[in-house]
Amino acid sequence: MKLNFWMLAALAAAVLAGCGSTVKLDDVAVEDKAGQAVASVDANALGASSAAAKSQTSVTTLAPANAANTSGGDLMVAGGRVVYFDYDSFAIRPEFQAVIETHARALKGDKARKANIEGHTDERGGREYNLALGQKRAEAVRKALSLLGVPESQLEAVSFGKEKPAMLGGSDTAMEKNRRAEISVR
Amino acid sequence: MGRMTKFLLAILTWTLSATAIAQFRVEVSGVGMTQLPIAVASFRGNEALTQKVALIVQADLERSGQFRGVDASGAALDETSRPDVAVWRKQGADALVTGSVTRLAEDRYDVRFRVWDAVRGQDLGGQSHAATSGELRHVAHKIADAVYEKLTGEKGVFSTRIAYVTRNTGVYNLWVADADGEGAQSALRSSEPIISPSWSPSGSQLAYVSFESRKPVVYVHDVDTGKRRLVANFKGSNSAPSWSPDGKTLALTLSRDGGAQIYLMDASAPGAEPRRLASSSAIDTEPTFTADGRTVYFVSDRGGSPQIYRVPLFGGSPERVTFTGSYNISPALSADGRWMAYVSRVNGAFKLHIMELANGQSTAITDTSADENPSFSANSRMVLYATQQQGREALMTTTLDGKVKARLAGQSGDLREPDWGPAAR
Repeated sequence: MKLNFWMLAALAAAVLAGCGSTVKLDDVAVEDKAGQAVASVDANALGASSAAAKSQTSVTTLAPANAANTSGGDLMVAGGRVVYFDYDSFAIRPEFQAVIETHARALKGDKARKANIEGHTDERGGREYNLALGQKRAEAVRKALSLLGVPESQLEAVSFGKEKPAMLGGSDTAMEKNRRAEISVR
Repeated sequence: MGRMTKFLLAILTWTLSATAIAQFRVEVSGVGMTQLPIAVASFRGNEALTQKVALIVQADLERSGQFRGVDASGAALDETSRPDVAVWRKQGADALVTGSVTRLAEDRYDVRFRVWDAVRGQDLGGQSHAATSGELRHVAHKIADAVYEKLTGEKGVFSTRIAYVTRNTGVYNLWVADADGEGAQSALRSSEPIISPSWSPSGSQLAYVSFESRKPVVYVHDVDTGKRRLVANFKGSNSAPSWSPDGKTLALTLSRDGGAQIYLMDASAPGAEPRRLASSSAIDTEPTFTADGRTVYFVSDRGGSPQIYRVPLFGGSPERVTFTGSYNISPALSADGRWMAYVSRVNGAFKLHIMELANGQSTAITDTSADENPSFSANSRMVLYATQQQGREALMTTTLDGKVKARLAGQSGDLREPDWGPAAR
């Protein structure tokens, strides 16, 4: 049931992204081909001031930034795919072992599925260093899944650093909610 | 002149320039500043045009920290006038700039200026520039550069460009703007975050990190044509691009082998295989080249907390550069090789610091608490950085001693991730 929901969410995101994308990108794929744009992106040339003005006012349909944030029933779903971390820590707390085991079983049961593990941090500090910290959290979850027998080919650990907070603001609660890794299964 | 009169005059001058130049505010703090007092008279023939050359020139010069503006309102002068220097001396000006804007044809203007040494009554020379009304702002920056060079003997950086990112109601824009933040044009608009723009040494390309494909990947974007190419989209995260001084190599952070590590890539060959620069089981990120291209500075938590290290490119092991505090990140190096700007956490606040590399002496130069991402001006005299002011993300420039700061305007919303471009071509 859960996985069906995620397939639908991913499909919806892909459709919306298709609508929103207005510019053909000159992509040179380097290693993997997973880098298709899911966002709406306009690349502009400088010089003609009219072009700049146009880009500022152009109306673009935006794809949902993160399907999880726009879905209903957040609590139940979030409980099932988010691993929270302590301050300055990359250790998976025992209460999240079940989340990881559930995903490991599902991934081993269907080799066609891939899991994207997205690491996040709270808002304190530099963007690039936080990106590296979020990566460390994503890697911890990736390793845990790998130890449970999920092949590396089904896993990718990436980081959003502090760019995509689950909760805005600098309160302790917000920062706790933001120090996390989200598992997205496609 | 009595102290009170001087004070009132100062207030008057401040009020006049505050209304005239509403686009920016220069904060001056500290004592013992040696600033050259300069008057920039309105350019004759400029009245009908939106861009006021004299105001832009004066704002540029003040932002540099080397000059103090002296009120020149009411003066009717141009570059052909011989000014009565006694009058300008009485105003307190040591230097005077005069000029004119003459319409040649439909949207064609001839902009001329002359610089005077008001102490010796000496003509220091002038120039003329042809411009359309859309180019007037750029010409004004060029004039400011010329005045700066005539009076300080060093290159100005007012006609350089900066890049930065705005976030406004879920839309991210990568902007290229004049060094004062004005005249911004969008290079990229995305519904997903954009971070870490980095100018190529030629000033024609920007490398940056885009999250448009639900993970961080690195693009190189030609700002004049708008064409861009994906240079790093390896498994995992791709981030922190930085150019070698010859523009041939990109240093960047990849997690393809698990965890953030630094690699070098050929910037011009698509699909080139990255070479690992340094190897650790810890976080290594934020690489930046020295001006001679022989050393890379970077951030690593290999010692248990993030600190700045440096590693020679052609053999040798990394050595630690920062020793004070438990969080030192985002190194930026001046082109003259003397200074490193970086962000250090002090009592929970993230503060811009400047280190003199020859002796390791470091100074915090701001009173804000969320400073990020410094970069130097091409002449090594100023630093551009991001911070938070009144709850908004803002961009500031500062002199290296922190005594003269200006907040860049020209955009609404949150401004972040600035990078100061190279010297104008």
